[in-house]
Amino acid sequence: MDLTELTIHQMHDLLREGRVSSRDLTRAFLDRIAATDERINAFITVNEKQALQAAAAADVRLAAGEGAALTGIPLALKDIFVTEGLLTTCASRILANFVPPYDGTAVRKLREQGAVILGKVNMDEFAMGSSTENSSFGPVRNPWNPDFVPGGSSGGSAACVAARQAAGSLGTDTGGSIRQPAAHCGVVGLKPTYGRVSRYGVIAYASSLDQVGPLTRDVEDCAILLGAVAGHDPADSTSVDLPVPDYRASLKGGVRGLKIGLPKEYFIQGLDPDVKRAVGEAIETLRGLGAEPVEVSLPHTEYAVACYYLVATAEASSNLARYDGVRYGLRVEEGRGLIDMYSRSRAAGFGPEVKRRIMLGTYALSSGYYDAYYLKAQKVRTLVRQDFLDAFNKVDVILTPVAATPAFRLGEKTADPLQMYLSDIFTIPVNLAGTCGMSLPCGFSADGLPIGLQLIGRPFGEEDILRTAFAYEQATDWHRRRAPL
Amino acid sequence: MLSKYEVVIGLEVHAQLTTATKIFCNCAIAFGNQPNSQTCPVCLGLPGALPVLNEKVVDYAVKTGLATNCTITPRSVFARKNYFYPDLPKGYQISQFELPICEQGRLDIETAGGPGKTIGITRIHMEEDAGKLLHDTGGGDCSRVDLNRACTPLLEIVSEPDMRSSDEAIAYLKKLHQIVVYLGVCDGNLEEGSFRCDANVSIRPWGQKELGTRAELKNINSFRFIKQAIDYEVERQAELLEEGGRVVQETRLFDPDTGRTRSMRSKEEAHDYRYFPDPDLVPVLVSEDRVEQARRELPELPEAKISRFVQDLGIPRYDAEVLAADRATAEYYDALVALQGNGKLCSNWVMGEVLRALKDSDLAIDACPVAPQHLAGMLKRIEDNTISGKIAKKVFDEMWQSGKDADTIIEEQGLKQVTDLGAIESLVDEVLAANPDKVEEYRAGKDKLLGFFVGLIMKASKGKANPATLNELLIRKLKG
Repeated sequence: MDLTELTIHQMHDLLREGRVSSRDLTRAFLDRIAATDERINAFITVNEKQALQAAAAADVRLAAGEGAALTGIPLALKDIFVTEGLLTTCASRILANFVPPYDGTAVRKLREQGAVILGKVNMDEFAMGSSTENSSFGPVRNPWNPDFVPGGSSGGSAACVAARQAAGSLGTDTGGSIRQPAAHCGVVGLKPTYGRVSRYGVIAYASSLDQVGPLTRDVEDCAILLGAVAGHDPADSTSVDLPVPDYRASLKGGVRGLKIGLPKEYFIQGLDPDVKRAVGEAIETLRGLGAEPVEVSLPHTEYAVACYYLVATAEASSNLARYDGVRYGLRVEEGRGLIDMYSRSRAAGFGPEVKRRIMLGTYALSSGYYDAYYLKAQKVRTLVRQDFLDAFNKVDVILTPVAATPAFRLGEKTADPLQMYLSDIFTIPVNLAGTCGMSLPCGFSADGLPIGLQLIGRPFGEEDILRTAFAYEQATDWHRRRAPL
Repeated sequence: MLSKYEVVIGLEVHAQLTTATKIFCNCAIAFGNQPNSQTCPVCLGLPGALPVLNEKVVDYAVKTGLATNCTITPRSVFARKNYFYPDLPKGYQISQFELPICEQGRLDIETAGGPGKTIGITRIHMEEDAGKLLHDTGGGDCSRVDLNRACTPLLEIVSEPDMRSSDEAIAYLKKLHQIVVYLGVCDGNLEEGSFRCDANVSIRPWGQKELGTRAELKNINSFRFIKQAIDYEVERQAELLEEGGRVVQETRLFDPDTGRTRSMRSKEEAHDYRYFPDPDLVPVLVSEDRVEQARRELPELPEAKISRFVQDLGIPRYDAEVLAADRATAEYYDALVALQGNGKLCSNWVMGEVLRALKDSDLAIDACPVAPQHLAGMLKRIEDNTISGKIAKKVFDEMWQSGKDADTIIEEQGLKQVTDLGAIESLVDEVLAANPDKVEEYRAGKDKLLGFFVGLIMKASKGKANPATLNELLIRKLKG
């Protein structure tokens, strides 16, 4: 049995029964990484020694009959999660030597459960990108076809799960960075409602949009990993004090009578025909299971991308000010005086997309422009959110494509940043609205590239979208398909 | 020349709060420790760290706002003030911008010989302090960054430009200083930087409505120097204008050695701070109940104390001001009067012996070895004639040194006043008999010799003769 083929819930059962050890699982994944990562470049840091130590400790706990859902399960973390004693780079040269002195909350929760951290995976630098081509450690390649991008910014997370280099992964999603790569790599990815999971220890890109979420092989694994990290955190003032439901328990409810909203603004002319077909078939599958598709409208959708690229870049321009070469990270010593040190360090440390967004954001906040740009965008944001809240008065979940096209080739969109920005038109509104959304596989393109389906829930309605996703998944077999890598 | 111009002064005070921990993290606030020993990921601005508001800071801000007659904003917002400097770890300071926690307050001040005046307070807001830069320590051409102070809570208190002289400015600062110390929100130590005053000074021809260009005087750490700095700056600006020059909007530092201000940097390069609401923090909501609760818990402030001391306890205003100057002294006095009853007697003793002894021993009144109840006990013995006022001073000193109470000391040292007529009379007779020529001189008109006799008799009685009785007897005997 190839241990890397197992899902988290399957591994958990075997571990509990003593039929496999965490050491065996960890070894299997480490070997798989060694055998495959040259081709896809998903990992920035492989944590072999500590992973095996953690596996040994997990085995002790399991042998004693203790153990939670993730005890002994090998996972990979996007290199945006601050991990104590383990290099955390955010795929940037400016943090290429940064070893944090503390663990973030989500990481701490995983460690407390006894999960095994295999290593840190590649991403677009500072989470700014939709293809993982903006990494200073080289791009990640799609395990379904290495000439294609895995999506971004959590490209490493999606690729390593699709390539069976880890049982699951944590990523972050600010404008679609979990959902879009999940779709392009044929895995499940979920962005929780803003405030559901703590952001403490997650390197900030856009503070009012960032959320932590799972990327997994199937929906049940997604429910498990979400449950493990969700919950109020006093160290994060924006985390919400609401109890965490048992996401696994509510999976099997079925979709009979469930009203599924289809926003007309998302089913546009420019949709790739394979995407249109796959999503259309998925809608029919759900109808066959008893759900009721209903047309809805989200009228402010067309403003979402512009709104996002003002709000997110503004917050990022401020969040990235701390990378100044004074206390940690890259410092360029040549040059005279303080301003020179700042300029040289940041010029050398940040990649072009990061610089682009910092400048955009600085401009949007600057005196004389604040009202017209940042403030206006925040007002539009309220309208985008209201669209969703109004729609959820009529329907229970909303269904859309994740991206207008399947994965594109490496280098195809790098010449035109604006083209790249349009990769996120279907995912961005969910972040602006602060609600939850997930992606799951629903088919393939003619070229054999995965296509994803997006399910959007009302705020703190993760159970609804997980239940819908589970019903669909169990009626199909996309989640059993394996990338050829 | 100066009388050609009206002086306009606005003041910004940064008061460092005495909460136990910092404003956005759990680090303790203490001073003088190893650099960077009181830090954590949050106040270091490490990647991934997030701020969490210390609610005590809000309480302190509300208290300060109420004590200065401000309205408390029910929903105020933290904003990021973005700029780069090595002592600012995040590259932005968390402050408040459009919606500060307090607005539209006022302070009434008095200057010597001047009429009373009301100074407006524009706003009070909460913010975090930056760290400290230490230049050229340990040799080498570098500066070192100590972030122990980073994230310490500050209240920024901004006045309207209502002051028209350095005296008014100092009166305002001293009043504000007294209030924050009274409230217990700030220790008011100017030298250590827990109460920082920046003065915006400008001049304009009399009658002109527009304000002149202002200079900002920063980093002056005593009231005396602030007055000097303002006075110098006003002269400087007046001379400049007289010579046909223009005042440049800039920051200036004061040099106490020369008594002059000098330019630090031009405020014309003023930063665009790109303020926006901090997305890591939620708005601060202060309910009416919370405000009323804070109002109920306000201590009696100096003005009210002074009035009460004058009206209810019957002491002169000057005495009341001395006693009310700091809260601990006022509380000591209040406690003493509560036990003893005589406002004037108590104020004489506190202002006299107690404050003197504290000064000589370099102690603060809350470390006073003589507690109010013990002092009250001693004052009782004066009132009931057990001891004389003069002996009381000895008793007081002994109480100070030994910690014993008055009765014990009076007993142990046999200090009871001698009031027995017979005993005093025999002393008087003795002394008069021993000094017949002096008696003659007195009877011949040298009245001043009375003191001579009193002194000898007192000495003979070891100071214990009741002065009143002694006096009466002596005069009678001298008259013959």
